[in-house]
Amino acid sequence: MSKEIKKLNLNFGPQHPAAHGVLRLILELDGEIVEKADPHIGLLHRGTEKLIENKTYIQAVPYFDRLDYVAPMNQEHAFALAIEKILKIDVPIRAQFIRVMFCEIGRILSHILNITTQAMDVGALTPTLWGFEEREKLMGFYERVSGSRLHANYFRAGGVHQDLPRGLDKDIGVFCENFPKIISDLETLLTDNRIFKQRNVDIGVVSKQDALDYSFSGVMLRGSGIPWDLRKSQSYDCYDQFDFKIPIGKNGDCYDRYLCRIEEMKESIKIINQCLDKMPKGPIKSLDGKITPPKKKEIKESMEALIHHFKLFTEGYRVEKDEIYVAVEAPKGEFGVYLISDGSSKPYKCKIRAPGFFHLQAMNYLIKGHMLADVPAVLGSMDIVFGEVDR
Amino acid sequence: MKNLEIIEKKINSELTTKINSSSINHNHIYLNIDEEDLLDVIIFLKTNNETKFKQLIDITAVDYPEREKRFKLVYLFLSHENNKRIKVDFFIKENNSVTSVTSIFPSANWMEREVFDMYGINFKNHPDLRRILTDYGFDGHPLRKDFPLTGHNEVRYSEDDKKVIYEPVKLEQNYRNFDYESPWEGTKYIKEISKK
Repeated sequence: MSKEIKKLNLNFGPQHPAAHGVLRLILELDGEIVEKADPHIGLLHRGTEKLIENKTYIQAVPYFDRLDYVAPMNQEHAFALAIEKILKIDVPIRAQFIRVMFCEIGRILSHILNITTQAMDVGALTPTLWGFEEREKLMGFYERVSGSRLHANYFRAGGVHQDLPRGLDKDIGVFCENFPKIISDLETLLTDNRIFKQRNVDIGVVSKQDALDYSFSGVMLRGSGIPWDLRKSQSYDCYDQFDFKIPIGKNGDCYDRYLCRIEEMKESIKIINQCLDKMPKGPIKSLDGKITPPKKKEIKESMEALIHHFKLFTEGYRVEKDEIYVAVEAPKGEFGVYLISDGSSKPYKCKIRAPGFFHLQAMNYLIKGHMLADVPAVLGSMDIVFGEVDR
Repeated sequence: MKNLEIIEKKINSELTTKINSSSINHNHIYLNIDEEDLLDVIIFLKTNNETKFKQLIDITAVDYPEREKRFKLVYLFLSHENNKRIKVDFFIKENNSVTSVTSIFPSANWMEREVFDMYGINFKNHPDLRRILTDYGFDGHPLRKDFPLTGHNEVRYSEDDKKVIYEPVKLEQNYRNFDYESPWEGTKYIKEISKK
């Protein structure tokens, strides 16, 4: 006796709390088994690349904050590096240290958000409350250095916008002392938690080969056991001066990715501590007046500085004709900027390679054959932020 | 770990006729090829034991409206084993279509959909060529240089119709694109005068 069972089409999102934003996922279900997943993205598409083509290089920086808005400075970093490489500007060492330090703060920001919301997706509320308190402190550091908690607009080609305010290094040091305790608190809630493990172990397994084929990067790649981190392999700024390790997963499931992120946060704390210890003195941006805006005091005294200021904020600096791809290890994976300059003060083309876009693409492959309840777990472990997926 | 020059030489010697030009720039190998050789070149780059470019990083296009071959397609690859990157590009005319590489790299699926969406370039043998980032029922290809920055339509919720409606864009003030280019630095005529 057999009866035709009609397949069920389910609309997951675009307004679903576990979709981490505006994802519309069309699921084809056979009972509770997912047979096909078709993600519809672009609901947060703002035309970032088109806008950048119409703005000067300085004006384009804030758009990068709005991509992956949980770790804004990491994005700015890629853009700043791209311009610096074309213009061949040397970045003062203090600026490099500040940038590395804030990139690692961004990494912790992003990983806290991901770990805790992943836990919430599978039913644990407490980690979110504990983790977000720490995020608040970190965003406080963002605010003190750049003036805003989220959309920092802090990195510039040639350095950073302004120096650390007095006392900030001490407060970051205090945070670094206390934070490992918070990580271990989070771990007591999650790592050996029976429910958390049941929901994550052996779910969404990615093999090594598939991780390569689907263009995975970052934790999605390392969780599957491929030792690859751009901070080590294609080191940028002064990352080669720090001592840190790259955690690698074994099984490539959601649980391994969670463990990788926990370990990465500990490594980030190590890097921040080393930054604070070794922080050199000196200028925080390039001294080339054609690229760096002059100080307010200079504008009052020097004609040339006044002209530079005027020109930089109207025409902007020009970038010679070139073509470059620069990638950084953002918290979510390889974040790249493919920049074509044409000698004017606006980019001719700026393609943004967002890691989340490629991770989400593999949704169908990852979720096929899993239960409906695994969809949020897999989605959570991919670390999707729609600001960067939709651009 | 191998040198970029060695890999570049290897590629040039194996694919002699298929490479139009090659150079090394910003730690990348830049290759220029013809559209019809795309699949051969990519399969070689992926499978050859010395190149091993096993990961496709991105596909994108660049619009040059004034050229006869209007679009430049760009493919970026990464080799984890050699820790090297390569960029492959070629030019096509506006109405030409490009062979899809989804059979070699499954991740090319969405990348090609994005290029199709943004530039209107068609891909042959693509399993599912739909728009990806723009709205349902969107018209035009936003990243083409002749597409206006403000777009054509705007959306709002209409209290009268009790639904979201589309209207032509109405702006209180048009987008102002000032021309700041000035003879302050690097202009041509000053150089020409100084040559004389």
